[in-house]
Amino acid sequence: MLILTCPCCGVTGEETEFHAGGEAHLKRHGPGSTADQFEEYLFMRENPKGVHFERWRHVYGCGKWFHAARSTTTLEVYGTYAAQTHEPPKDLRDTISKKVPGWTWREFQ
Amino acid sequence: MKRYSAFAIAREAMRHHTGWNRAWRDAQPKPKYDVIIVGAGGHGLATAYYLGKNFGITNVAILEKGWLGGGNTGRNTTIIRSNYLQDPSAAIYEKSRSLYETMSQDLNYNVMFSPRGLIMLAQTHHEVRGYQRTAHANALQGVSTEFISPERVKELVPIINIDGPRYPVLGGLYQARGGTARHDAVAWGYARACSDMGMDVIQQCEVTAVRTEGGKVTGVDTTRGPINCDKLGGVVAGHSGHLCDMAGFRLPIESVALQALVSEPIKPCMDVVVMANTVHGYMSQSDKGEMVIGGGTDGYNNYTQRGSFHHIEETVRALIETFPMVSRLKMLRQWGGIVDVTGDRSPILSKTPVEGMFINCGWGTGGFKAIPGSGWAMAELMAKGQSPLTDEFSMHRFREGKFIDESVAAGVAH
Repeated sequence: MLILTCPCCGVTGEETEFHAGGEAHLKRHGPGSTADQFEEYLFMRENPKGVHFERWRHVYGCGKWFHAARSTTTLEVYGTYAAQTHEPPKDLRDTISKKVPGWTWREFQ
Repeated sequence: MKRYSAFAIAREAMRHHTGWNRAWRDAQPKPKYDVIIVGAGGHGLATAYYLGKNFGITNVAILEKGWLGGGNTGRNTTIIRSNYLQDPSAAIYEKSRSLYETMSQDLNYNVMFSPRGLIMLAQTHHEVRGYQRTAHANALQGVSTEFISPERVKELVPIINIDGPRYPVLGGLYQARGGTARHDAVAWGYARACSDMGMDVIQQCEVTAVRTEGGKVTGVDTTRGPINCDKLGGVVAGHSGHLCDMAGFRLPIESVALQALVSEPIKPCMDVVVMANTVHGYMSQSDKGEMVIGGGTDGYNNYTQRGSFHHIEETVRALIETFPMVSRLKMLRQWGGIVDVTGDRSPILSKTPVEGMFINCGWGTGGFKAIPGSGWAMAELMAKGQSPLTDEFSMHRFREGKFIDESVAAGVAH
């Protein structure tokens, strides 16, 4: 069972208190974008075997959305951070790089 | 291959069962094959089998990173049905169900297909309307189903409580020729038949890279060395995203954990399969007497083949209202599998951006029932480049908005 800490209210709870909201940092392209870009945004997913950045909502708590970094192979939660960002904070990326050899943050297409 | 028969059993009984051969060869990888199938689960083995049987392509290797049938083929609740709403789904699932009818004879391997009947319970008015619609659609598609009354449900399933305060049974979608089969035997039977045709089933051989040249697939690197091929079929369910990442493209798929559990064995009490989709619980009784129970998926990406404890609790809690006797049962064991879920809950059988590479995935929470039909269609797609059964299941349908929407049709609270 996952243990997550909500960065909005600071409460640490187990996963039944939260609701998963899918992959984070999806880029929605504006007017003039292509059909491919819209397909990417709507359907294509990284679905990595390893480090995954995802959205969560503290449904049975403060109700706010936030982001989490988690391993899909060990279920380890590397950390949570605010939703109001386009990419994970640097200190979290460094933490993950140390724990997962060979992992680097890359821009989602 | 020695044929299995009543006579063979009698003969072996006379000589202390010393004459049985291995069911399939323990093959070593060759440097080159016409076709490589990645994934020796039901779907992969069925694809190989029909490549050989229907198209005469037998220079085939089936690579498996673990052991044969050790993925979702060995982790499902063995339910077989074809009562889908959309025409392309009905076509491939009914093809599949009909192939199950004669599979034991075709493979000379007892897969214990048991068309014991299957009921999908309607427990809300929304479901009643949904299933009546499906019954009408099935009538047009030539799939034999009917919408039955709560009294008929009670007659077929005496242990059911149809007056539940929260979710009373308001009717059911009944498919009399739906049922179950022995899941491991399906994989073993196909593996034996493939091996007999000269194909190599190679276990503990994980693909680590897909090699391409000028946009065309040339082979794979594996933990047992590089292997070349002309055509590559990816049939790896939950790991499809990982495999396609190696080939350099993404899929509209997310991998999540789906769990099932069985109770202690009890005397026969229910001889149909019952699915309660509103509360997300499926139950049937195995030949050993265990109540086989399937639940819902976790909400987050997962490759660990284990799920969250609270999902088991939710599933069993929901079933207790409809099947009060379940509350007295001890649960024996629980397991999880990684299912590959698409946006419209329909599979992908498709060519890919890499020439010569094909993908068969996205069966999500309902792959077992589709094994023979999926293999049949995938083999045709790989051999001829096109199949009427797979036309609608292209990976590009999402771009075009041509969904085969079974998530709404199932009425399941996804």
